[in-house]
Amino acid sequence: MSALTHPARRRASRSVLWHVGALLVLALVLYPLFWVIGSSLKPSEDIVGGLELFPTQPVFEHYRKLYDGIADIPVSTFFVNSLVLAFGSVAGVLFSCSLAAYAFARIDFRGRNLLFSLMIGTLLLPYHVLIIPQYVLFQKMELINTYVPLLLGKYLATDAFFVFLMMQFMRNLPRELDEAARLDGCGHPRIYWHIMLPLSRPALITSSIFTFIWSWNDFLGPLLYLNEPDKYPVSMGLKMFIDQDSAADYGGMVAMSVLALLPVLAFFLAFQRYLVEGAATSGLKG
Amino acid sequence: MTDTQAAPAPSPPEERPAPRKAPAASGRRRARGENLAGYLFMSPWIVGFLLLTAGPMLASLYLAFTDYNLFDSPRFVGFENFTEMFSDPRWRKSVQVTTSYVLVGTPLKLAAALGVALLLNKPRRGQGFYRAAFYAPSLVGASVSIAIVWRALFSDDAVVDRSLQVFGVHVGGWIGDPDMVIYALVALTVWQFGAPMVIFLAGLQQVPRELYEAAQVDGASAWRRFRSITLPMISPVLFFNLLLETIHSFQIFASAYVVTNSKCGPADAGLVYTCYLYEQGWTNLRMGYASAMAWMLLVSVGLVTAVLFWSQRRWVHYEEDVR
Repeated sequence: MSALTHPARRRASRSVLWHVGALLVLALVLYPLFWVIGSSLKPSEDIVGGLELFPTQPVFEHYRKLYDGIADIPVSTFFVNSLVLAFGSVAGVLFSCSLAAYAFARIDFRGRNLLFSLMIGTLLLPYHVLIIPQYVLFQKMELINTYVPLLLGKYLATDAFFVFLMMQFMRNLPRELDEAARLDGCGHPRIYWHIMLPLSRPALITSSIFTFIWSWNDFLGPLLYLNEPDKYPVSMGLKMFIDQDSAADYGGMVAMSVLALLPVLAFFLAFQRYLVEGAATSGLKG
Repeated sequence: MTDTQAAPAPSPPEERPAPRKAPAASGRRRARGENLAGYLFMSPWIVGFLLLTAGPMLASLYLAFTDYNLFDSPRFVGFENFTEMFSDPRWRKSVQVTTSYVLVGTPLKLAAALGVALLLNKPRRGQGFYRAAFYAPSLVGASVSIAIVWRALFSDDAVVDRSLQVFGVHVGGWIGDPDMVIYALVALTVWQFGAPMVIFLAGLQQVPRELYEAAQVDGASAWRRFRSITLPMISPVLFFNLLLETIHSFQIFASAYVVTNSKCGPADAGLVYTCYLYEQGWTNLRMGYASAMAWMLLVSVGLVTAVLFWSQRRWVHYEEDVR
């Protein structure tokens, strides 16, 4: 009996030790996120110097001040713009990347391997090689200050990462399904629409959430292409705060930052399994 | 996702022999139909590739040899942009800043990712919770919000400064200090170790348990087991992470731009390559020079990638039989 309890007790104490270690690392890692939430409830003068995470007397003035908007633009405008861009991006990725993924996974066309290599090549290509000529292109088409430059690529499957992710998933679906459908006289369009898309739902969800979050966080695109504040997404609205350069007024900035983080964190909490699994499968960018 | 492959080596879709049921004539027709369907399905991607990737690449290669301000037509100047670049002290500074960012940030980030992955590798209660929580920063790290948080945390007399003072270290704020600002950016990238960590975890799950059991029987120490089993077994995953993180580090922009208050300062200490590219292209409207810079970046990243691929023969261990 005692011979049994001894290793068990040692195991239990090691497990406690492990949890203590993991929680310490976790506290360090999540500190900035708690800090920003706590600071948005502090009076302005306590934000930078204060070491306590949450104020004893929370103040909501920073959020109340956001009601007045930033530089005469209501904060809701930025959020609506961000949502338009994010949902527009999701629709584009679902449409174009799933088509390409299906072709790579299930259609035996000539030159498939060449196109596949080109697609993988674009994954390793630094994006900044393209921004200047793309900008020139959109400028010549008089599309600066519209959302077209920010969305067009999503509808043309330029996000190779999602093509790859969906293709991996589709290739693992049993072939018997579409073989049977083909014998019944279904063509590729119907197989894609009625069989593959419904079955690929996990890959489509993962791609949608990543697309939403990346679009929501995107800063370089709007910075280059948008020059009217009422078209700005949240990321650029935040930048306007910085440009006002009132270094002392962290209050409004921090409150706005919290609002900007909320949708991403909500998505994360709701879909964390998809996100982590998706990142593990192909792990690009995170 | 149902399958968690450790290192998804992008393998081309497997060729499969066309089903030989029909006679040859209809087989050819079938092949033609397949080609048509394939190109139809691929058409958005093909248009995107030509219009937004291949076309712009060629265009920027041409622009790199011109003087172009976006309004007058481009004037061909030969190698002038490149000769100017090599004698431009600010360009050299941006190369130096970016290089130190990549060389310091990437190893630290991967070390943190591997360390925490090893910690989380044993199946325990709450494993999934920890894995998700550590992954969270990777989702928000590139956002302007977090860059603002970083600026606040690393400014004078703020949280980081005061915490270090507790240990008797007085460095002041990092953001306004030319020697320290790059480390604030490094800290931001290390903070996002969750993405490579998740990939490491997937790789660690693939290591056969019996190897460890055998080593344990032979009395190998924990360090020895890590050196001789874990590291070689996950080296493909390590390579994959190293490649991607390096390529991404070269392209840091938004966080540097915001953390340093859109100036990439102080005194150019935070002038990462893309920041300088943006300044030349969009502030000074020197699109030709910026294109030349972009191509230098592409060539450098290409070289680094080639070196990494060449080096993997020496240290990356691929299993003969993938289970």
